[in-house]
Amino acid sequence: MSIGPTSIATLLVALAVAVLAPAPAARAAGGDAGRGEEIYHRCLACHALAVNRVGPKHCGLFGRKAGTAKGYQYSAAMKKYGVTWDDATIDHFIENPMKVVPGTKMGYAGVKDPQERADLIAYLKKATSDPKICD
Amino acid sequence: MSDLDLNPRRSFLSGFGKFTLSASAIALLAGNEKLALITPASAQTANNDVTILNSALGAEQQAIAAYQLGAESGLLQKPVLDLAVQFQGHHKQHADVLAKAVAKLGGKPVVPLKDYAFPKAKLKAQADVLAFAASLEKGAVSAYLGAVPILTDRELAKAAASILGDEAMHWAVLRQALGQNPVPEAFMS
Repeated sequence: MSIGPTSIATLLVALAVAVLAPAPAARAAGGDAGRGEEIYHRCLACHALAVNRVGPKHCGLFGRKAGTAKGYQYSAAMKKYGVTWDDATIDHFIENPMKVVPGTKMGYAGVKDPQERADLIAYLKKATSDPKICD
Repeated sequence: MSDLDLNPRRSFLSGFGKFTLSASAIALLAGNEKLALITPASAQTANNDVTILNSALGAEQQAIAAYQLGAESGLLQKPVLDLAVQFQGHHKQHADVLAKAVAKLGGKPVVPLKDYAFPKAKLKAQADVLAFAASLEKGAVSAYLGAVPILTDRELAKAAASILGDEAMHWAVLRQALGQNPVPEAFMS
């Protein structure tokens, strides 16, 4: 089988697209809530589980539409974001908050390590389902 | 906590009275004329830096309120009380500088919350107050670690790193006062 100039050009374009296209963020399969609790300590300058502070509270996070925690003053950008928080949407957002939601009040580089994000999400899921923390 | 626990590090703590945000850092934040010359092309960059600085400012305002709560709780004894007031003073200096930088960039500095809903009922002893303060200081270190790499203006990043160092010292001293390893790891996260 011979390969003509058109085929080579097509291959080169495909290769260029594959190389230049941004890869989807990697997601770790399973998280460790214990490690996630340690990672959550990074969030405490702004966030708390049960109350709004500088950032919104995390109780009720899973299944909540972005920008709707009662009593918290969100940015216009977060109010318009439109997603419902679940493992995938939280993972995507916390990797790079300012890139995912330009205009968010969360001025933070993000959690870059996929396993750390998975651990953090595992902890958030456990903590926010604890009736002693989130009634 | 007994005085015996505190005495060995008194000379170490006394050094903190001499610490202030460096004059150069303040000048970088409050006096850098190029910060006042934001062009349209750099407007988005400035907006991002404003967002980051305002996040840091919000955390500083929360820390000021937390130390106020601790100081007024009646749970802190000297010299720990003096230390808390001193640390609060550092946070006030950080907040002042950050607010000026936000304004210089054309932004609106965030204002302190009326109520931070701190867990007052759980603060029953000096150690509880110190542990709560330590958790906020650790969070502040992480917040600045998350700010320094993405601040576009490198002079602002340098100043933020300077504040990070101060927060890390607060965290270490509070851990020491709690009888914990003051520097438990080689790298902060």
